[in-house]
Amino acid sequence: MFNKILIANRGEIAVRIVRACREMGITPTAVYSDVDRAALHVRMAAEAYYIGPSPALESYLNIDRILTVAKRCGAEALHPGYGFLSENSDFAEACAISGIKFIGPSPASMKIMGSKTKARQQMEKFGVPCVPGNSQALQSPEQAKQIADHIGYPVMLKAAAGGGGKGMRLVTEPQQLQAALEAAQSEALRAFGNGDVYIEKAILNPRHIEVQILADEYGNTIHLGERECSIQRRHQKVLEESPSAFVDETLRRRMGEVAVRAASSAGYTNAGTVEFLVDKDKNFYFLEMNTRLQVEHPVTELVTGLDLVQSQILIAANENLALVQADVEFRGHAIECRIYAEDPGNQFFPSPGKITLMREPSGPGVRLDTGVYEGWTVPTDYDPLLAKLTAYGESRDQAISRSLRAVDEMFVGGIQTNLSLFRRILSDPAFRAGKIDTGYLDRLLTSDARIENHEDAQVAAIAAVLFNVFENETQSVGTANNGARLSDSNWKRAARIESSNMET
Amino acid sequence: MEAARGKCPNAFNMIYNVSIGGRNLRIALERDGEEWKLELNAVLFPLNARPIRHGVISLIVDSRVYEAKRDQLGNQARLWINNTPFIAEIPDPRSLTARRSRTGAASTTAKLLASMPGKVLRVMVSAMDQVEVGQALLVLEAMKMQNEIKSPNKGTVKHLITEGTYVNAGDVLVIVE
Repeated sequence: MFNKILIANRGEIAVRIVRACREMGITPTAVYSDVDRAALHVRMAAEAYYIGPSPALESYLNIDRILTVAKRCGAEALHPGYGFLSENSDFAEACAISGIKFIGPSPASMKIMGSKTKARQQMEKFGVPCVPGNSQALQSPEQAKQIADHIGYPVMLKAAAGGGGKGMRLVTEPQQLQAALEAAQSEALRAFGNGDVYIEKAILNPRHIEVQILADEYGNTIHLGERECSIQRRHQKVLEESPSAFVDETLRRRMGEVAVRAASSAGYTNAGTVEFLVDKDKNFYFLEMNTRLQVEHPVTELVTGLDLVQSQILIAANENLALVQADVEFRGHAIECRIYAEDPGNQFFPSPGKITLMREPSGPGVRLDTGVYEGWTVPTDYDPLLAKLTAYGESRDQAISRSLRAVDEMFVGGIQTNLSLFRRILSDPAFRAGKIDTGYLDRLLTSDARIENHEDAQVAAIAAVLFNVFENETQSVGTANNGARLSDSNWKRAARIESSNMET
Repeated sequence: MEAARGKCPNAFNMIYNVSIGGRNLRIALERDGEEWKLELNAVLFPLNARPIRHGVISLIVDSRVYEAKRDQLGNQARLWINNTPFIAEIPDPRSLTARRSRTGAASTTAKLLASMPGKVLRVMVSAMDQVEVGQALLVLEAMKMQNEIKSPNKGTVKHLITEGTYVNAGDVLVIVE
């Protein structure tokens, strides 16, 4: 087992890894940039090393600086967390060359899964279902028609160089195809300087469901069930749960088997996640594989009773998986809310700043993974994730009630947060009925939010007055107490006597 | 809430007009230690208020528990009740902008009222004097604080309170036309 692990990350995930290390008797070693000297992950670590200026490129993404620290501090292994360098195969390779164990998959499997086309080819070879279509540029309208007829309408035209919806066209009927293709090609050319367009079967209002896998270095791979991640904003997950209300025992087994096959086909080791799009008829298609620990791993931990970070460390230390697939049991339901410093009133714009007041929720079934504290200034340089609030219940209903209760207990003052968004989602009848897909959140946000509560407004008005009164009281303490204090100078005492004479 | 309601005697020593969410509420208070008498919209409630720490007050309004939190976002104070943020404004006759918003920007008549009971310590102008914007008119002592009341506009002093008068909240101190 390792004696020391370097944590090449920050924020709540670095804190999560510090905790796992402490529990395993490993020395948790943090790194920090200028602005992060007093960050929670540094305060909680056993050792900490400065790695550079605040911009991530000069610190948390600086491979040389991080490896220099890793070698200097004598860490045998390095945990990359998520984001930053976690999916960078060059970094994983550089660690190996420096003799430091990278806690994650091999650079080779990271490379396969890191490329969309390579991953798709690999998956198709091993019988993993992908969204039907071609991943090469269409040569002619005739070819487009031929492929569309083959995979069936509706189809989606997508720009090969695309992103952000540009060069994308939904085609529901054959007679629309040619016009849509021309439009998509010219839009793609204008947006990306590349008019290549490919065709895929359109999955309408899909769900985004992913499967957690664990693989040791002896070829044993298991899955830990699914996470429902359909509640997204601009492809950013906001709330995740496990199990999915949509996945039954049969679908779970099928998706699990496919996920294990996908991972094994790439020689994958350590923790990873296979993402699928699932249509309303429960067909599922490989989307991509995330070759790292996921932000939303706590929901899986709560329903399986396993510690994923400790499992990662054990696998990296050449241990066998402690359990086989049949040992994995699912119990209860877990929901995670990602609490961000962002303004729900202003298109969820990031809202960094100083947290002047903070109350953390607790009580039955509540877990808070936080990277911040009262008095901490959320920097502008990094992701605005503050904390993950995960609630566990015997049933989905109980998990929802607990989440709502915990969200109500939590308070973060001095900055804007998206806490109010979770109150809306968790009390929304459609969400409570499990009727969600990747379009859910956009629909919820266009519906009317404002529920005027006159009683709360009245109490707020009373409170405004009381804050004023109490504040004036503390301000006037000095003048209210006219008695001379012995420690005062004669000068001060004389001034006070003079002013009190003036008042009367 | 019905049981605790009662007719309101005119005995409150603190009267505030609070603007919240575009509405104006008149709040009258009288304090006895931690216990307060509160009159809101002509209805009387018992109120118990305990400051917990900076920015947090625990309230029991007519037996209902609330935790009021206050934070600062930029230069704006937010009040939180049940996780809902409110922006409250308490027009203060000492503040020029508050007076303007009450009398209306276009109006040239300023009627300055006492916000709290207190004593007129000094009067620096006389009736029919021409005064300038920001000119000190009088000094009001309230809650052991001396507050200089300045003119919100340029004009003539039409009505003026006498030096040494004890005033109640809402009393007219001076009118500048």
